[in-house]
Amino acid sequence: MSAMVSSAAATLTAGLTSTGEASTGEAILFWVLAPIMVVASLGLLFARKAVHAAMSVITVMITLAFLYVAQDAPFLGVVQVVVYTGAIMMLFLFVLMLVGVDASDSLVETIKGQRWIALLGGLGLLVVLGGVVVTATFPPARGLDATTYPAAGLDSTGQPSNPQGLAAIVFGSYAFALEVVGALLVTAALGALVLTHRERLIPKRDQKTRVKDRVRALASGGTLTPLAAPGVYARHNAMDVPALGPDGQPVEASVNRVLKVRGQEADADLYAARIDRVLAGGWADEDLPAAAPVDAIEAAETDCDPDPTSEEADR
Amino acid sequence: MTTLTLSAATPSAEAVAPQIASGPASAALWLILLPAASAAVLLLLGRRADRWGHWPGWIAPAASCVMGVIIAVQLLTADTAERVQHVDLGSWIDAGALNLRFGLLVDPLSVTFVLLITFVGTLIHIYSVAYMAEDVNRRRFFAYLNLFVAAMLTLVLADSYLLLFFGWEGVGLASYLLIGFWNHEVDRGHKISGAQALENSVASKKAFVANRIGDLGMIVAMGLLFAQLGTLHFVSVPGQAQGMGDLGVFDQVAGGGLTTAMATGIGLMLLLAACGKSAQFPLQSWLGDAMAGPTPVSALIHAATMVTAGVYLIVRSQPLFDLAPNARLAVAIVGAITLLYGAIVGCAKDDIKKALAASTMSQIGYMMLAAGLGPVGYAFAIVHLVGHGFFKAGMFLGAGSVMHAMGDETDMRKFGHLATKMRVTWATFAFGWLAIIGFPFLTGFFTKDPIIEAAFVRQEGQTWQPWVFGLVAMLGAGLTAFYMSRLFFMTFEGKSRWEPEAHPHESPRLMTWPLIALAVGSAGFGFVFVFKPSWSWWPGWWPNLADWLTPTVGPVAHHEPVVHWLVITVVTLALVAVGVWQAWIRFGAPSTVVPRTAPVGSPLTVAARNDLYQDHVNNGLLVIPGTYATRALVFTDGAVVDGAVQGVARGAVAVGDQARRPQTGFVRQYAATMALGVVVLIVIVLAVQI
Amino acid sequence: MSLMNYLLLSAVLFSVGATTVLVRRNAIIAFMGIEMMLNATNLALVTFARINGNLHGQVLAFFVMVVAAAEVVVGLAIIVAIYRTRRSASVDDVNLLKDVRDPA
Repeated sequence: MSAMVSSAAATLTAGLTSTGEASTGEAILFWVLAPIMVVASLGLLFARKAVHAAMSVITVMITLAFLYVAQDAPFLGVVQVVVYTGAIMMLFLFVLMLVGVDASDSLVETIKGQRWIALLGGLGLLVVLGGVVVTATFPPARGLDATTYPAAGLDSTGQPSNPQGLAAIVFGSYAFALEVVGALLVTAALGALVLTHRERLIPKRDQKTRVKDRVRALASGGTLTPLAAPGVYARHNAMDVPALGPDGQPVEASVNRVLKVRGQEADADLYAARIDRVLAGGWADEDLPAAAPVDAIEAAETDCDPDPTSEEADR
Repeated sequence: MTTLTLSAATPSAEAVAPQIASGPASAALWLILLPAASAAVLLLLGRRADRWGHWPGWIAPAASCVMGVIIAVQLLTADTAERVQHVDLGSWIDAGALNLRFGLLVDPLSVTFVLLITFVGTLIHIYSVAYMAEDVNRRRFFAYLNLFVAAMLTLVLADSYLLLFFGWEGVGLASYLLIGFWNHEVDRGHKISGAQALENSVASKKAFVANRIGDLGMIVAMGLLFAQLGTLHFVSVPGQAQGMGDLGVFDQVAGGGLTTAMATGIGLMLLLAACGKSAQFPLQSWLGDAMAGPTPVSALIHAATMVTAGVYLIVRSQPLFDLAPNARLAVAIVGAITLLYGAIVGCAKDDIKKALAASTMSQIGYMMLAAGLGPVGYAFAIVHLVGHGFFKAGMFLGAGSVMHAMGDETDMRKFGHLATKMRVTWATFAFGWLAIIGFPFLTGFFTKDPIIEAAFVRQEGQTWQPWVFGLVAMLGAGLTAFYMSRLFFMTFEGKSRWEPEAHPHESPRLMTWPLIALAVGSAGFGFVFVFKPSWSWWPGWWPNLADWLTPTVGPVAHHEPVVHWLVITVVTLALVAVGVWQAWIRFGAPSTVVPRTAPVGSPLTVAARNDLYQDHVNNGLLVIPGTYATRALVFTDGAVVDGAVQGVARGAVAVGDQARRPQTGFVRQYAATMALGVVVLIVIVLAVQI
Repeated sequence: MSLMNYLLLSAVLFSVGATTVLVRRNAIIAFMGIEMMLNATNLALVTFARINGNLHGQVLAFFVMVVAAAEVVVGLAIIVAIYRTRRSASVDDVNLLKDVRDPA
């Protein structure tokens, strides 16, 4: 990969002029990308939905990777895409999903004066940082080429190799810092584990206990087997239609409880009566009254047991 | 008084250096250990020893007494130069510059005291067996009495001021415990009501506190001595290295180790200590209240022995006082004032024990006066002290016998005519009475008259002193005769003024025998041991107390009094006769009616009944200002010290109240503050750079 | 084109990121603002490396990325933990530092 990156660097970047100015191609790249980045960053500032804000940040980061490559830092450009955009921002998105993706942020400010103070702080920072940059006098930019690279940073052909150069420094002068950063990463991983760890307050319900519970529930009307599936009629193979037991009676438990609560369950008795009629040689739909669904809904509503605690648990 | 003059003129050796004790004297520690062990056993065994507790209680001092007699005989038979012996018991305190040996000084002075304490003490212990027979706490009583005897023996046998102070505090503790012995309601034996118990414990506290004031003097004196001389031993410890720091106090004083001013200061501090312990003016107010204790306690501690410890201290410190005539003069003045003070108070008291206490105060005033007179009086102070120990103890025990008979009544106005009912008590009390008033040829005559005579001696550089001291001592003799006769007549003569339920009876033998023994002492002690006749048949080897004390207090210096001794004796006797006669007219004669309730009396009488308002003076001068000073301190502590602390705290709270306003709990606000801070910082940095 | 432009862009991104932290209440978005501030500094570091003609700036940017990764891990874990207990990801709801004696 390093060979590919270095060759890409060689082709993508243009050297600096003798006065330390960037080349025209780089200038075009910059002036195209910079507005995108600023707009995307403002998207982070103003987007109502967190996901949109995350997408803005991703945009900033990817364009930033372009600028890194343009600035003779192809390795960092790749890392920016792989680590930042690929790993860190994905982590952000995961957490967003975990926390609730539709929780859109109200933009109404609740702290008095905070918005003005923030504006003052932001503009102030912009002014002082810009001021520092503008007023500072830099020497003419030297640029990065074979003459400024460490010896270990040159490949076999004598061309500068960015990953090799970084490696030479990171594993050379910054070896200890690298070790410490490794320890930091391990600690951070452990810290995340500890922070998100949940203490188990009740014993885990394994298969054995489930079996025992179901056998015990048999006495109070439970079943050992899975409940019957709903909708087993020729014409009404639907979720809201109860199944018929071997005795020809509808099995109430076969319809989803949620449908019952919502009142969207079909009346089993109606279907049972129709079956009886069909078996007796009559027409199935003959007696279906126009108002039947309403009655059925009412019947279903009185039938069901709106247990508030169980509703709470469901939600 | 020719005879006395002769005895005083007997030449004697100069101060005798101590030598390592040999023979019985080397076991002197057992004098202390026996009663101490008895006290420890009685206290540690507690109620288990109740049944037999009085046996070790009286046997221990009796054994000490036998030992004391043996040691006395040993010293008597030895040469004069060998009469000061030292028992070294090892190193006591060895802390850098302070190097004290634990040792006992067995010399004529301490042995005299040992004999007095153990002999009178044993008699009083035996008396107490009967006196306290009904009391449920008799065992504890004996434990405290033994503790007292041990501490008192430590005091007199000590070879250093520090060990003396140890015993000094020990007797103070025992005194405190015994004055307040009936400090709780008791209904068996001695009936003590709650109010009475409270009064008793207040009395014990008063004695304790008054004694602490004296102790302060003792501590300061010891500190000065140590700072000046680097030692607290009286005399050089024999067998120890004799470098300058190892010399005893008196040796260094003799060698010029102290300036006169310093000696005066130390002497005054020792006088303060003596005033506290011996109830001398102005610290005398506790003694009257101390009569709240059981009567044997009054007899032993507050008449015969402990209260004389101050006199012992002064006489023991004689080399110091010889160097400081002004301190000695102060001693004499204090003695003279107390002498009159006690006598005046004694004339007015109706409580038999308090009258006797006032008398004790007065008699100790005589001793202090004698001690303050210097070489002409040291020996007489001790002589009178011993004689007083006999007759005053006898009279206190007699008073206890009377109280025993009258159901713990102490008001003399409810006595009278007891002579017929209590023959033994009456007879023994009569001997004590005659002895104290100085009836010719009884003990007081031989012990007190020399003091009066010595008070009339003009010493070098003195002007008014002999006349003042002499006349005061002489007047005191007359007053003594009056108040003691008043006491005697009111109790035993005249008409009976008993309470209807009183059935006076003679006390049991266990109580009367000690009375008889003390009466014999009161009558004969002076003639046998003080009087030194020039008759040819009188054995020349027979001990004479004044001569016997010479190795310790030096020979009795003899000077002619300003008035011829015969005049003094005659006038004194005349005054005594007048006092007795007045008392007889007013309180004794069969025709006299003594009212059962005290008449109003003259202002002087009222003042004397109130101890000449010493308590009021103390209250006004010390207690009330002290109370207000304490309140002011408490107020200052609350307002200023605590106020400063609380003010700081309030300030911190106020600052915190302001500081918490920005603490809204909104992270974003904190972040905004930080951001603005960063901006400001960068601006400052830029501004500085540009 | 002068390389100053990169630095100015970096300043703009940094300021916007900081403002995001100050304005947005959603903890995750505020956190993203922090990430953007870090990225802005990285851009500046890379530019400095180019100006100075050595790789140390890039190495520093590399370390910043590593530390940012660790920070994100812990930070998101904290956000999740807070969300679990308080059912909210708003930084304004995490206000136990507030002095409760004075609700105003």
